[in-house]
This record gives sequence, C-alpha cells and structure tokens, in this order.
Amino acid sequence: MCSYIVEKANLVGSAKGANGWMQIDTANVYFDHPFHAPLDHALMIDFVNVANGARERVAVELSADSAREMVAKILAALESGEAEHARADHVHA
Amino acid sequence: MLYEGMLAETVFFRGHNGDQAEGYYARPLGPGPFPGVVVIHHMPGWDEWTREATRKIAHHGYAAIAPHLFFREGPGSPDDVAARVRAAGGVSDHQVMGDIVGAMAHLRAQPYANGKVGVIGFCSGGRHVYLAGCLVPGIDAAVDCWGGRVVPERPDDVSEKRPVVGIDITDKMMAPLLGIFGNDDTSPSPAAVNRMEAELKKHGKTYEFHRYDGAGHGFFAVDRPNYRAEQATDAWKKVFAFYQKHLGA
Repeated sequence: MCSYIVEKANLVGSAKGANGWMQIDTANVYFDHPFHAPLDHALMIDFVNVANGARERVAVELSADSAREMVAKILAALESGEAEHARADHVHA
Repeated sequence: MLYEGMLAETVFFRGHNGDQAEGYYARPLGPGPFPGVVVIHHMPGWDEWTREATRKIAHHGYAAIAPHLFFREGPGSPDDVAARVRAAGGVSDHQVMGDIVGAMAHLRAQPYANGKVGVIGFCSGGRHVYLAGCLVPGIDAAVDCWGGRVVPERPDDVSEKRPVVGIDITDKMMAPLLGIFGNDDTSPSPAAVNRMEAELKKHGKTYEFHRYDGAGHGFFAVDRPNYRAEQATDAWKKVFAFYQKHLGA
C-alpha cells in the first residue's frame, strides 16, 4: 500500500546534504515504498528545515529490521555517551 | 524486418486549473492512429518504474503519458518533490482528477490519436483510476492495479484531501474497469476487493477482476522482492487484451 502517514519529530541539530551542512528542525519519518532501496517497504527519514521552507532534505531509506537496530543503537550510544561525559565532567570539576 | 521506433520525452500540457503540467510521454513512431493511455504513478512519485511502464505501454502501440502529479512542489528531483508532497499530506483528489482530464485532452489533441483514451494507475494511482472512472467523463478503459482505500480499511483512509470514498460512488462508474490484485495484499485486502466487485456487479457495471495467488502488493515491480514474474506477465497480458478490446490498438 501507499501510506500517507508521516510522523514528525522536532529536532535541534544539523545535517550534511548535497549542498553541505544545514541546520535542521524536523525529521519526517514514514514507512512506505522506498524510492531507491530495493525493498517493498522501508522506514524513511527526511531531515529538513521547515522554518526555511524544507526545500532541501537529507534522506535515508532503511529496511524495517535495520531501522529497529538503528533505534536501539541510538539509545545505546546516548546512554553510554552521556554516562561517559557525566563521569568526565565529574572528574574535571 | 519490421521497423520499430519510439519517442519518449518530457512534455508540457494543461493540467488542473489550467496549470502548465509536466508529463513523461512515450509513443510509437509512425502515422498511427494510436489510442492513448494516461499512466498514474504511486505515492513515491514520478519514478523510473513509472517511466518504464509508460514506455512498455508505448511499445504495445499506445501513446502513453505519465503526468507528474507532484510538479507543483517542484523544481527538484522527483524523489525530493515526492518527499515534500508527502510531508504536506499528499495531493488532493480534486487536483489529480484535473490533471488526468488535462492529460487525456493532450492525448486526444495529437494528430495521430484514434480518439480513444484509457487510464492505468498503480497503488495510490489505482485508487485515482477508480475515482476517475466514476468522476471523469470520456475514459474508454480504466485499469486499477492494486489501488487501496477504494474501500476504507483504516482511519486515515479518508481525509480532507481524499474526501471521496470510491466504493460509495461506484454507481457513477462510467468506464469499463479492469482490476488487477494480489491475494496476499493487505491494501486492498481480498475482502475489500470482494466488496468492490460486489458493488460493481450490483450496479451492472462493465468490469473484469483478476486476482493472483502467491502475489501481494506491487507485484509488477521487477526490482523489489514482491515481484512475481509469472503473475506479472499474465496480468500485463490481461491489461493489453483489455485495452485492445476497448481502445482498439
């Protein structure tokens, strides 16, 4: 099926696209037929700057399994990274 | 040796609201007369497969045009433009119907046209075909390939941009309709296809439905795991037999 459902995440950060680095404020997240990946359905994320008109995007198309793995790895990296930095901050303080 | 030739190019035509619309246009070379076919792309946009399908239809003797339904969000590559359209909730049915009307007029205006015009659509484009068959006069043969949401199956299947429920306007179906479906599909589900068929039958409409075991959604796409060679080959034959019957290629 073609899905019209788009989840929108508010972001603070930057992404590097065809024209170099840009500030981003939104991730449009959806699961539908991909444009490029040879999959029937893919989890797709478009990183855009809505405040600037969202004319440019940084895009990924991921298989469902690999998208779930990425979610877990993001959380794991945040947890271990934040713990490490908290420890370092404590040592330097 | 029989000489074969084809011209494939992007063209402009007057779309909905008189807008200058873009289309990918493929036609056999020669004097004709050729019937026309409007090819309606799916939600991911005016992609390479849509162009391949357009050339395939031209190869079989039709002047085929695939309107870029998202051109108003351009300029940009078709995938980037499709991403913008998706983020905005898609395009309205009303606008798509207008672009189909414009594409049909473009086909009929060509000196080599035989005056007959069909439509074919895939996935969300299949639903557009079903709606067009009911709302757009002058379609001589309509082909719906696995169009979901003709029978609403999920809460988001009806929205401000997609306010019309296809099944509810089946009594208005003006075009002979060919439906191609995979029995493993979930949108439309086999139950939804049954409802469509029952409604078409109830209103005495001219239709042919072909349902394929071992096939799911989008089984024509040769570069995706859902591709089913045997079923797709048979279904394309059904499409061209249907067009030959109603469009006279």
